[in-house]
Amino acid sequence: MPPLLEVKNLKVTFDTMAGVVKAVDGISYHIDEEEVVGLVGESGCGKSVSQLATIQLIPTPPGHIAGGEVIFEGQDLLKYKADSNQMRSVRGAKISMIFQEPMTSLNPVFSIGDQITETISLHLKLNHQDAQQRAIELLEQVGIPDAAMRINNYPHQFSGGMRQRAMIAMALACHPKLVIADEPTTALDVTTQAQVLEVMMEMVKKIHNSLIIVTHNLGIVARYAQRIYVMYAGRIVEAGTSDDVFRDPRHPYTIALLKSVPRLDEPRGRQLVPILGLPPNLINLPPVCAFKARCSWAGQCKKETDPDLRQVGDNHFVRCHIDTKGELSGILQR
Amino acid sequence: MESSKDNTFLEVKNLKMYFPVTQGIFRRKVGDVKAVDGISFKVKKGETMGIVGESGCGKTTVGRCILRIYHPTAGQIIFKGQDIADIPSDKVLELRREVQLIFQDPYGSLNPRQNAGSIVGEPLKIHRLSRNKEEYRSRVNDLFTMVGLDPEMANRYPHEFSGGQRQRIGIARALSCSPSLIVCDEPISALDVSIQAQIINLLQELQERLGLTYLLIAHDLSVVRHISDTVAVMYLGHIVEITGWEELYTNPLMPYTKALLSAVPIPDPTVEKKRERIILEGDVPSPLNPPPGCPFHPRCWMAIPECSKEVPQLRQISPGHMVACIRV
Repeated sequence: MPPLLEVKNLKVTFDTMAGVVKAVDGISYHIDEEEVVGLVGESGCGKSVSQLATIQLIPTPPGHIAGGEVIFEGQDLLKYKADSNQMRSVRGAKISMIFQEPMTSLNPVFSIGDQITETISLHLKLNHQDAQQRAIELLEQVGIPDAAMRINNYPHQFSGGMRQRAMIAMALACHPKLVIADEPTTALDVTTQAQVLEVMMEMVKKIHNSLIIVTHNLGIVARYAQRIYVMYAGRIVEAGTSDDVFRDPRHPYTIALLKSVPRLDEPRGRQLVPILGLPPNLINLPPVCAFKARCSWAGQCKKETDPDLRQVGDNHFVRCHIDTKGELSGILQR
Repeated sequence: MESSKDNTFLEVKNLKMYFPVTQGIFRRKVGDVKAVDGISFKVKKGETMGIVGESGCGKTTVGRCILRIYHPTAGQIIFKGQDIADIPSDKVLELRREVQLIFQDPYGSLNPRQNAGSIVGEPLKIHRLSRNKEEYRSRVNDLFTMVGLDPEMANRYPHEFSGGQRQRIGIARALSCSPSLIVCDEPISALDVSIQAQIINLLQELQERLGLTYLLIAHDLSVVRHISDTVAVMYLGHIVEITGWEELYTNPLMPYTKALLSAVPIPDPTVEKKRERIILEGDVPSPLNPPPGCPFHPRCWMAIPECSKEVPQLRQISPGHMVACIRV
């Protein structure tokens, strides 16, 4: 069976005064039906931009989709114009997005109900009353008490967690095939984060859709995702099943990320290993490995070329010249 | 007397901080937000006390009361044997030479029009700690080196630094007047994952080198576990559990602490599959109108009718382990 979404060699650039920023530099990934995939990386690595590009929400100018294919249900979405009817019928109906900050992504001057029914009446062609009814059901499903009353509230009357639930209700209103959650819980408290994620996963299971979780939190990915992609400087540097990537990470960046965060279940006293230096400037990246300047294996790496993604396991790929096998064992495993 | 005996450096007794809520053009007082409602704890010299809780639980207010940014409504804050909760405002400056703050947001907390050197050196001028220009300059240079910045960078402005470097400037500024207690209010939560470890390591190293005492306010439980000696869990203005770090993380008793711990994901799919997850219902109630009795009972899965009758007091369950819950 072909994957639900297959992205091939996607490139996104931004024109700035200083030069052309290659925010996403040729990434390829896929997601199968009913699969949960995590996309991990630091701020500025291109993870959000790559997802916005999938549904053509890149502000143009300054942004451009410079190349690649986004094949969704057999059709290349990049062949359509961003404001074309074809693209509109995909966005919100077949692929929808949950944004990071529920306060800024909800419109403060429309009630929650208006904002949910907008999507429903647009895509499902329901009349106002039916759409309203459906919106109430959705709010109940995501766990908002008194949904029938609450539907007339404005975003500022909702707490952070409730706003994010409303966003989830909105994103799932038309039973999309694919939901992209861009840092869905970064702005929330820990227990609220757990609540919201759990609601999101339940909904995803119920309507059998696929989910891409974009986050910098490795823990969330480990908890929910079946496969993960690690991004660095606009590229995918490691890809594999969560078990492979967390148990046997191969890219020095993934290893470094795992070593740099304290874990709740490790013996205390381990010295955290920070990743030295800063992510590279994405303007005029030299044609060598982008992580080289921060890599602890740089001394052993004699190659001056940019590594390709190579296969190291059944479903495990890494963009590195060095063989770092087994590096993490003994540090985190108990 | 007692404080010198058991090496207590800072003792907070029944601290309360209420903010009045006013209404109408005459600003008639209609109620109080009980941000901190009677909390007590002790911190020993050279140790780190972690305060965890979710937003709105009053953890930042506690820190600000200790710095006397706020004037507490009631209670005592005994710092080095002296009660500072009620000292007059002209004595507060003196206090701040001893107690300093590291802010959360390294972008908002540095003046964009001041260069890094003058940001770090300003407390020296305010407290008149350097006799002449050379002494001032060499102290600023020392501070830069201490936090791992190049003293050559002193003439640069905040926008020229990265987030991690800015946080180092904030730390250097806090250290400039050689304080003995530092309140770290979410020192790393605004930083990128790869940078966080640098700042945690720096804080630990400085504590060892300078014998500092930290009050670490954070919501990230794994970070608090990594560096704290004692941990207090706050909920809606109350401390609901307080004990040594190891006891808290291996044997949490209060249902809220359990929920909080289970909400933190561990970056390991195998471990995650086996973990029990406690998902709380509802949201944190408003501190303006807290529920009667135990503040946590509306969300607690162990609650019984008695829970809504009286605010449970902290009681000792085992040596050094205090819990405010009647179901424990």
